[in-house]
Amino acid sequence: MAIEVRIPTILRSYTGGAKVVEGSGDTLSDLLADLDSRHAGLRARLVTEAGVLHRFVNVYVNDEDVRFLGALDAKLSDGDSVTILPAVAGGAFGFAAAAAIAQHGAAAAAIAHTTAERRTPVTAS
Amino acid sequence: MARYDSLLDACGGTPLVGLPRLSPTAPEGAPPVRLWAKLEDRNPTGSIKDRAALFMVRAAEAAGKLRPGDTILEPTSGNTGISLAMVAKLRGYRLVCVMPENVSTERVQLLRMYGAEIIFSPAAGGSNQAVATAKQIATEHPDWVMLFQYGNEANARAHYETTGPELLHDLPTITHFVAGLGTTGTLMGTGRYLREKVEGIQIVAAEPRYGELVYGLRNIDEGYVPELYDATVLNRRFSVGTRDAVLRTRQLVEVEGLFVGFSTGAVLHAALAVAHEAVRDGRRADVAFVVSDGGWKYLSTGAYGGTLADAEDALEGQLWA
Repeated sequence: MAIEVRIPTILRSYTGGAKVVEGSGDTLSDLLADLDSRHAGLRARLVTEAGVLHRFVNVYVNDEDVRFLGALDAKLSDGDSVTILPAVAGGAFGFAAAAAIAQHGAAAAAIAHTTAERRTPVTAS
Repeated sequence: MARYDSLLDACGGTPLVGLPRLSPTAPEGAPPVRLWAKLEDRNPTGSIKDRAALFMVRAAEAAGKLRPGDTILEPTSGNTGISLAMVAKLRGYRLVCVMPENVSTERVQLLRMYGAEIIFSPAAGGSNQAVATAKQIATEHPDWVMLFQYGNEANARAHYETTGPELLHDLPTITHFVAGLGTTGTLMGTGRYLREKVEGIQIVAAEPRYGELVYGLRNIDEGYVPELYDATVLNRRFSVGTRDAVLRTRQLVEVEGLFVGFSTGAVLHAALAVAHEAVRDGRRADVAFVVSDGGWKYLSTGAYGGTLADAEDALEGQLWA
């Protein structure tokens, strides 16, 4: 038995298009090293140079987020199922909305600054 | 029975109901493990988002950011828009929602009925197109007010001040709180409150794992984590796939008579996981989870009938939570 790893669409260029690959290792760190030996470059997309999981990557062991199981030190066993996904908040649209608003924020702050003077104090209605 | 001055005053105070048939059976002599559902579909517009919408609008009013007649612009794929539309109507604001085309028709109809204006971003363009659409609107109307639920502390505070205290009042023996993870407001606010009051409480998140079409070619370097999210509030976080969410959604109505949306099915899946662990370990558990909305808005998906595989196909490409 091995550990089954589900690869998101965006990273399948590293797995020759494969949706699911197999690997082995006692920890997530070991597993990623093992996968990288056959799918060179994959590990670098998931782990930063500082040696921690990339902020926008979520990895699940048997559907549970590894960040709450020891992150890269999370223990693995044969037969486990590992899923890699891009971090998406509040549905896929949340991601899009937030990105847009981050852009809007600076403009809105500038506007708020200029309109604050023109506005009279708010009273309860 | 209770009486309120207006619909806005009737927000919150939802019932907590036991689920004796779905709760796992502990062996004789072992401590009981019980599941409890917090019925947030009993809020004025039928979802938990009424709490956040009301708090965010009130906070913006108090800060002088929102004045009668102003326009609120909110990118939302559903419930928050419906809640905001109701609050905006009663408080005298105009609401413009930006939403992707691939949300259920009921949501669109409800928003229009409540008086919201809708701008669609093409589903085919994926999230990049939605970003472009929202950016463009924001640039054209810089005076419109965005409450931005993903980073608005009033969203989490609504749950710190209401959902959390209600749960503790109704279930002082609570051991686990399980809710869906989206903006993270429910889990952050309720979680912080319960952690302060209940020693050893476990705060458990369930996030939807959609079909591949939804994730598409999203670049990992452009991911997003809501500003409200603080991982230290959580103890565990589960990813629940479409099939498990549908299975649990059907189980809730078949076994306990609760008709809920698919995001609640995902939450129940996580709640059952921790409940079964408690039984296995011989621990007492009172697991409270959030029913974020009813199933009415999702009937048109067709995923309440047919086989699980049919339902999974029906929801592929849909934002079901």
